[in-house]
Amino acid sequence: MSHYSLANLVRHGLTGHRGWKPAWRDPAPQAGYDAIIVGGGGHGLASAYYLAKNHGLNNIAVLEKGWLGGGNTGRNTTIVRSNYLLDANAHFYEHGMKLWEGLSRDLNFNVMFSQRGVINLAHSKGQLETFRRRGNAMRLNGIDAELLDRDAVATLVPGMDVSANSRFPVEGGLLQPRGGTARHDAVAWGYARAADRRGVDIIQNCEVTGIRRDQSGVTGVETSRGFIASKRIGLAVAGHSTQLAAMAGLRLPIESHVLQAMVSEPVKPVLDTVVTFGAAHLYVSQSDKGELVMGGDIDGYNSFAQRGNLPVIEHVAACLLALFPQFSRLRILRTWGGIMDMTMDGSPIIGTTPVPGLFLNGGWCYGGFKATPASGWVFAHTMATGQPHALNADLNLNRFHQGRVLDEKGAGPYPWLH
Amino acid sequence: MSTNGFRLPHGGLPHGRLIDRGREISFTFDGRAYQGYHGDTLASALLANGVRVVGRSFKYHRPRGIYGLGSEEPSALVRLRTGARGEPNIRATQVELYDGLVAHSQNNWPSLRWDISSALGLFARFLPAGFYYKTFMWPGKLWPHYENIIRHMAGMGRSPEGLDPDRYEKRHAQCDVLVIGGGPAGLAAALAAAESGQQVWLADEGAQLGGASQGMRGDEGDEAVRKTIATLESLDNVTLLRRTTVFGKYDGQLYGLVERAGDHLASPAIGRPRQILWQLRTKQAVLASGAIERPLIFANNDRPGVMLTTAALGYLRAYAVRPGRRAVIVTNNDSAYEAVRILREGGVEVAAILDHRHMTEQRALPGTETLYNHAVIDTAGRRGLTSVSIARLDVNGDAVPGSERRINCDLLCLSGGFTPSVHLYSQAGGKLTFREDIQSLVPTSQVPGMTVAGAATGNFIPNTAPPIALGRSRRKQFIDLQNDVTAGDVELAAREGYRSVEHVKRYTTLGMGTDQGKTSNLNGIAVLAAALDKPLADVGLTTYRPPYTPVTIGTLAGRDVGTFLAPTRRTPMQACHEQAGAAFVPAGLWQRPHYYPRPGEAMADAVNREVLAVRQNVGIVDVSTLGRIDLHGPDVAEFLNRIYINGFKTLVVGMCRYGVMLRDDGMIFDDGTVARMAESHYIMTTTTANAGPVMAHLEYYLQVVWPDLRVHLTSITDQWAVVAVAGPRARELLDSLDSDVEFANQALPFMAWRGGHIGGIPAQVFRISFSGELAYEIAVGADHGRALWEMLLAAGEAFDVAPYGTEALTTLRTEKGHFVMGPEADGRATADDIGLAAMLSSKKDFVGRRSLRLPGLLPKGRLNLVGLVPADGTSAIPPGAILLDRAVAGPGMDKAGHVATSVFSPSLDKPIALAMVRNGRQRLDQPLWAHSPLDNRIVPVTITGPIFIDPQGERLRA
Amino acid sequence: MLLIPCPHCGPRAQTEFSYGGDANVARPPAPEDADGGTWVDYLYLRDNAKGGHDELWQHIFGCRRWLRVGRDVVSHEITSCTELAESGA
Repeated sequence: MSHYSLANLVRHGLTGHRGWKPAWRDPAPQAGYDAIIVGGGGHGLASAYYLAKNHGLNNIAVLEKGWLGGGNTGRNTTIVRSNYLLDANAHFYEHGMKLWEGLSRDLNFNVMFSQRGVINLAHSKGQLETFRRRGNAMRLNGIDAELLDRDAVATLVPGMDVSANSRFPVEGGLLQPRGGTARHDAVAWGYARAADRRGVDIIQNCEVTGIRRDQSGVTGVETSRGFIASKRIGLAVAGHSTQLAAMAGLRLPIESHVLQAMVSEPVKPVLDTVVTFGAAHLYVSQSDKGELVMGGDIDGYNSFAQRGNLPVIEHVAACLLALFPQFSRLRILRTWGGIMDMTMDGSPIIGTTPVPGLFLNGGWCYGGFKATPASGWVFAHTMATGQPHALNADLNLNRFHQGRVLDEKGAGPYPWLH
Repeated sequence: MSTNGFRLPHGGLPHGRLIDRGREISFTFDGRAYQGYHGDTLASALLANGVRVVGRSFKYHRPRGIYGLGSEEPSALVRLRTGARGEPNIRATQVELYDGLVAHSQNNWPSLRWDISSALGLFARFLPAGFYYKTFMWPGKLWPHYENIIRHMAGMGRSPEGLDPDRYEKRHAQCDVLVIGGGPAGLAAALAAAESGQQVWLADEGAQLGGASQGMRGDEGDEAVRKTIATLESLDNVTLLRRTTVFGKYDGQLYGLVERAGDHLASPAIGRPRQILWQLRTKQAVLASGAIERPLIFANNDRPGVMLTTAALGYLRAYAVRPGRRAVIVTNNDSAYEAVRILREGGVEVAAILDHRHMTEQRALPGTETLYNHAVIDTAGRRGLTSVSIARLDVNGDAVPGSERRINCDLLCLSGGFTPSVHLYSQAGGKLTFREDIQSLVPTSQVPGMTVAGAATGNFIPNTAPPIALGRSRRKQFIDLQNDVTAGDVELAAREGYRSVEHVKRYTTLGMGTDQGKTSNLNGIAVLAAALDKPLADVGLTTYRPPYTPVTIGTLAGRDVGTFLAPTRRTPMQACHEQAGAAFVPAGLWQRPHYYPRPGEAMADAVNREVLAVRQNVGIVDVSTLGRIDLHGPDVAEFLNRIYINGFKTLVVGMCRYGVMLRDDGMIFDDGTVARMAESHYIMTTTTANAGPVMAHLEYYLQVVWPDLRVHLTSITDQWAVVAVAGPRARELLDSLDSDVEFANQALPFMAWRGGHIGGIPAQVFRISFSGELAYEIAVGADHGRALWEMLLAAGEAFDVAPYGTEALTTLRTEKGHFVMGPEADGRATADDIGLAAMLSSKKDFVGRRSLRLPGLLPKGRLNLVGLVPADGTSAIPPGAILLDRAVAGPGMDKAGHVATSVFSPSLDKPIALAMVRNGRQRLDQPLWAHSPLDNRIVPVTITGPIFIDPQGERLRA
Repeated sequence: MLLIPCPHCGPRAQTEFSYGGDANVARPPAPEDADGGTWVDYLYLRDNAKGGHDELWQHIFGCRRWLRVGRDVVSHEITSCTELAESGA
């Protein structure tokens, strides 16, 4: 009786919560599986869950080098949105948004999805027109969007400086009301628990050290816990996609960069919306615990170190004070870094690879967390059928060779500019 | 002052070294006035006044008191100061008392004493770690309400409000040796380094150097430390930073330090910053950050009056404050026995010392009961400790039934061993190893550039017994006091499969409070290890993340606040525009005139007037923001030929040429003109936004790809002031000036340039046009910009000259069908998309050319630049509209394109737009619908060519 | 913050530099003759070694030279910084 509900919480409370079962098993790896997913983060676990749920596969393993949810799932700024311009991205992320909206109940795990709205601030007429185009595209793609003028922004985000005196006065903004935040760790845990209940073996502390293949395609993975056979292997190891792909002889249009994030000390509710600054790179929201959660640009050079340097932190602080001068005396409690797969066009890669049986889910750049459900959904489809889902058909690896990149920012093949 | 008997009288004992009894200080806490001494911390002063409850806990709103002595304090968080200087979550143990200090307790309502939310304690059994993951899921629409309640229950203090009146600074420095920590080990290291002639910096978070144990070394030890400090102070090669926390280790041997330069005062001294962010690069660092005492875990171990032993001793010796009247000490190591002596010497009755360890050797401490194999199993006292329950332990560490008894006390000193403060070492990538004898993780690997010294190494720490196995208790046994994480929470996490230490941290929030788990992390691991039945060494440790203690956001921002967030670039004529009452618009870092409203004139009217002035008379616009790059060298023509899509080898001296450059991925990167100034001298202009990127792009190809080309580049944007004079009467206006330049068509034809003087100012005149009118761009030295502008305005009066801004510029170029970077060429557009295929040279290679053969870049099916007019001739075309082939939008419908730039054309007296439309050039005269659901508008439009005015270019050649 | 030893300006803070990525990307000398795969590889494929990494940095607030920097992308330790010509690239 480990269904999560208020009734069971009360019932277990009466017996000191000693009756709760483990959220997931701790199985030993079997000799082989119908499908193996490398990477026990949100994406890998979601993929396994949907493979089991949507495609009826349950002889599946998720192999995780460390502890599940220990990568970028546990290191992001928890923002969920689908406010994209380009159709391929918009449809994909909006599908994800719809999954988010039912996720807690689907997983029977409260991921604390909070649709508090995401507003992108504009600081010039030109920027507002760019937002208009994106907002209109979103609306025509069935995504919610509202264009706000300065007064409406001020009403939506009380306490923000929208005066003309600031260095980059706020002109208005593009709001996605259904956007918001979710409790990031809970997403990994919720998918893990739900996948485990459907028979998926989640194997932690199991590092993949090699990918075995023959002429027909992949045959399995070498791991720190021995060889595990499978003719279907999905990589969901964003940050380290190039490393894993290299084990199968693949080079990817991806660089690894460090992205820092930080939280302030917790305070009582003071910011009810996710805000992004338009004159420089800053996004900020307040967690349910009360911390301001902030991020900015990647540090801007290749890195596999889960730590960054002060310039980005200083810049994020300055941008925050540009919008909310009153937070000057608040304090930063913790900063950290995560390793991003930065693709050459700023959009993810999710689909088949030239190696038969090997599938890739990576290149998430800044956008991985919010993509978790949609990514799992379409990756499961791709792995189960061998064909991309309509939603990831354009997100393929081949687009670079075709010259059909999805350059949301129009910044060119410079990962540090996306 | 009233002492309540907690402050020791001035007497023979060496107590109170940090306070100055000659300087009494008044302060208030929760509105009540108290007295303390200069040198007190808020914590010591509150204890001296008998104040025990100082706050309420995060989750259960339990009363909490002062628990530690310094930055390890988990509980005693207050709101400090008032108004715009008010700040939440400040550790009372680190606040230096100043006269008039105002502090308030937090996280309680209506008052600290009576806190409604403490009733939550009654339901605590239903609120275990992570309870929120298991409920509030049905019905989904109620979740926002649940969430709202959760948010308000959480959150500790209130956010600051108002504009921070204080100033923050950043400073950079270098040294040979940075010593972190001013205790005996740090002082000794600093002295040794200084004596060998190195530049030494020493930082300590306290107001006084000497370390945590000051006042406890005995007179002799204190004297030695004082001497070392005096010596260091006298040395020129030593910099001592007090009140300074080294919070982070970064790359390149850079350390982040925060000096709290003004926090010990009511307000910073005039002209002085409140805090300073130091970025210090050092060759070598000595980490002498000491060790922090660990608490012990038992039921209700959080009441006010429960305190770390080191803290109790510190208050007593350094501040002459008795932290209680009757104490019990509970320990698992030898350090506590000395504590008994010190407490008693300070007049604190020590009822008993309980030692977890099985020992046979009896230490006689007359007047204090010494109980081996004993532990505290519970405490009592509603708003502060009144008694402890103790029990004898059996060999398994469980309480022996029937052995329980109660001891009255108001102070319980916890002595659970010490944890080395290795945060910075771990940040630097150092590895930790568990040492059984002291039950701590200690540094064991080499970190380049860092030496660990003193107690931070794990040395000097007494042998410590492993934590005892915890009896199952329904009562809360706190590990993390700040986040109200109990042993039961950690056990629950383990039971539910959250077995990685990182999982436990995230599931229970253990160690995630503002104290970063300084007193709780290791105990949490110990409890987890017991729950998993694993050796503690195998459980691991969560990652140490900077900062060591929280850093003020204002300090990180420094002076980059307000209008200093980014530099503001101003053209040489900015003052003229301001005087003319221009409305400004940001363009990157520039502020450009948007339009020049006349009194009473609305924006649209002003823009239309400016446009018509250019079309009918003459207008002037400041284009100094355009990037300007000087190219010298014998290979410039070849270089330009490779950079631009069109040919530059035939450009002769005295002429200009328009060029478009691509990125190597085939997308348009920038456009502008190049003038050949002399045989091997050219000047290139770029767009305003891309001035920097183009320069870097050119340098990349010159230095990395074609280092053999002899070309030298110089950015000269800032050295020139440039004015475009445009309109049918432009030549008349210029002819009216005192100038040796001949402006006539024959002498200065379209796309030519000439040098000369205007009004005595050396000038370069370029016959180029963005507006489509007869136009000249006049470039003069930046210092002459204002004179030129004023000269043109004065002379132009006769021609009804109008200064015009970027909005009129946009209208003019839209009428003329000129694309710009951004709206039309958005980084995803090829030259063919924009209609520039004819410019693509077939005779040469150029950057980006090869990409044009990739399938996705072939012209078919791509977006083309076209014009749009409203089908009814009058309806404005919504900016940012998406173009569909139908009036009614449907799901999944293919988009035909989008509106890129939409303006009202006063010249044509109707709305027009530039748009990017799929296969648009093949679709001229076809209808489309411009959908703008954001403002509920759908406007039928007709596709046209992009050039609305003078398609033959007669006007600009006039 | 990285400290990059510019061969012209001495050791300078990372904030004076602009990043240019993998230094071993070689632009095909005759792009028009390059086959599609070669060209696309040049455009989009980078070494993403976890360890030693040769990369370009431009000293934009200094000598403005594009420099070749050897850096470990795990420890961030910089092992070399040279003019491109000197490194034989």
